[in-house]
Amino acid sequence: MSRTIITVVGKDAVGITAKVCTFLAEYNVNILDISQTIVQGFFNMMMIVDTSGMELSFEEFSEKLETCGEEINVKIKSQREDIFTSMHRI
Amino acid sequence: MINIYEVNETNHMIEKENLDIRTITMGISLIDCIDSDLNRLNDKIYEKIVRKAGKLVETGEKLSEEFGIPIVNKRISVTPISIIGAAACKTPSDFVTIAKTLDRASKAVGVNFIGGYSSLCSKGMIEADRNIMLSYPEAFTSTDQVCGSVNLGSTKTGINMDAVKLMGEVIRDTALATKEGQFPACAKIVVFCNAPDDNPFMAGAFHGVTEADAVINVGVSGPGVVKAALEAVRGESFEVLCETIKKTAFKITRVGQLIAGEAAKRLDVPFGIIDLSLAPTPAVGDSVAEILEEIGLERTGAPGTTAALALLNDQVKKGGIMASSYVGGLSGAFIPVSEDQGMIDAVEVGSLNIEKLEAMTCVCSVGLDMIAIPGDTPASTISGIIADEAAIGMINQKTTAARLIPAIGKTVGDKVEFGGLFGYAPVMPVNTFSCEAFVNRGGRIPAPIHSFKN
Repeated sequence: MSRTIITVVGKDAVGITAKVCTFLAEYNVNILDISQTIVQGFFNMMMIVDTSGMELSFEEFSEKLETCGEEINVKIKSQREDIFTSMHRI
Repeated sequence: MINIYEVNETNHMIEKENLDIRTITMGISLIDCIDSDLNRLNDKIYEKIVRKAGKLVETGEKLSEEFGIPIVNKRISVTPISIIGAAACKTPSDFVTIAKTLDRASKAVGVNFIGGYSSLCSKGMIEADRNIMLSYPEAFTSTDQVCGSVNLGSTKTGINMDAVKLMGEVIRDTALATKEGQFPACAKIVVFCNAPDDNPFMAGAFHGVTEADAVINVGVSGPGVVKAALEAVRGESFEVLCETIKKTAFKITRVGQLIAGEAAKRLDVPFGIIDLSLAPTPAVGDSVAEILEEIGLERTGAPGTTAALALLNDQVKKGGIMASSYVGGLSGAFIPVSEDQGMIDAVEVGSLNIEKLEAMTCVCSVGLDMIAIPGDTPASTISGIIADEAAIGMINQKTTAARLIPAIGKTVGDKVEFGGLFGYAPVMPVNTFSCEAFVNRGGRIPAPIHSFKN
């Protein structure tokens, strides 16, 4: 399984989660976990997703997702999970 | 499973506190390129570098994209050229042809620096060592990306004072050969005592003769992350302070270990080492001096600076060493003047001088780094500064170095501009009393008593 962490940060608005989830479904990306908070008035969401069923390369996926975020005025970043597990788990 | 707070912490370090991988450096052995025919030697060197490092930059960029962390530099280090060129090069000009080949290969693969135009002569020099050093003024002013170093002392061998004398002259001549407006060529030359074989950082990187055919060495950074972590424990005891630095260094190094492992796997080259250095840049919030000030100094250079740096260096190592399978290189805190805005500020307000920096080099990872000195400083004085640094390294069994930039036509208070990651350096005053008779003695300083451990 190839796990990716997606973070979405921006001004809170209706439909952000829906838009991102629809995008992920379109590319056959399975959502494993979602958490969400509001930090200083900003929408802050983190998703752990499984990208092994996806046909796009990581770069293409990451770029398309970023563009999808720009359409709804949020910043979306995708990173391989390993950077976080390396730093926070022994 | 990873939670949102951990994800935010990591990304905050990257986006707000300048956490990055400072360099992925591929070490390449050129020993199998040795040839007595200079043209053939140059062809073989070019071919091997391009073959081994062809995918280095592309791989670095891919890793950066996938993990969401900047990888600032992709670089190459090679076997010291004094050895590789010894059979073919009869004159300094012969060596310059190799410098140009390295420069061409470096540009062809898209890295930004190639290190190893070096000589290892801590005990004595062969003709090739002398010739490569004499080629420095031309080699470093006629190439852009080549860096070189001279290891002229060690705890085991003592200090080669003939090389110390020669390098004082070479550094002055290189400064004189640098044209107006050109990148200061002396910034590409480091003089070492106890040089490590696996250092990934420039200008001192070279691929030691005991190393494998090719390796990946990674230098991490992150002064900004340490500074931010310390802001949260202001006023707490040394125990809390040290624990905080260790934990932060651990986290930073783990990222380096991950990237190094991935890079090694994708390039099919063994992983060498992680260099646990806090490498500053001129960006605000990416400064070692700011960490020292956060520890409790009004300005870097104030009494207490050496102690603060000593504890910082030691905690970085303690935290980092557990985070990586192999640690090497220079590993510690760098204290370059030009590349660290806090250091520049400390010099400009009169808090930091060369003598205090020299004391700091007893406890930091390297030495007098990127120090601009007045253009009329005699070669013998440059040699004297090098000898002092080498002596600190020799006696304390640590790496020390000097990267001095004589600012031709400039004097104390003027500035030398480097641009980019190198920043600028204020010209610092140097003690004007002579050490010429000392430097001119010739020969070598014997190895210290504590080197006899057999």
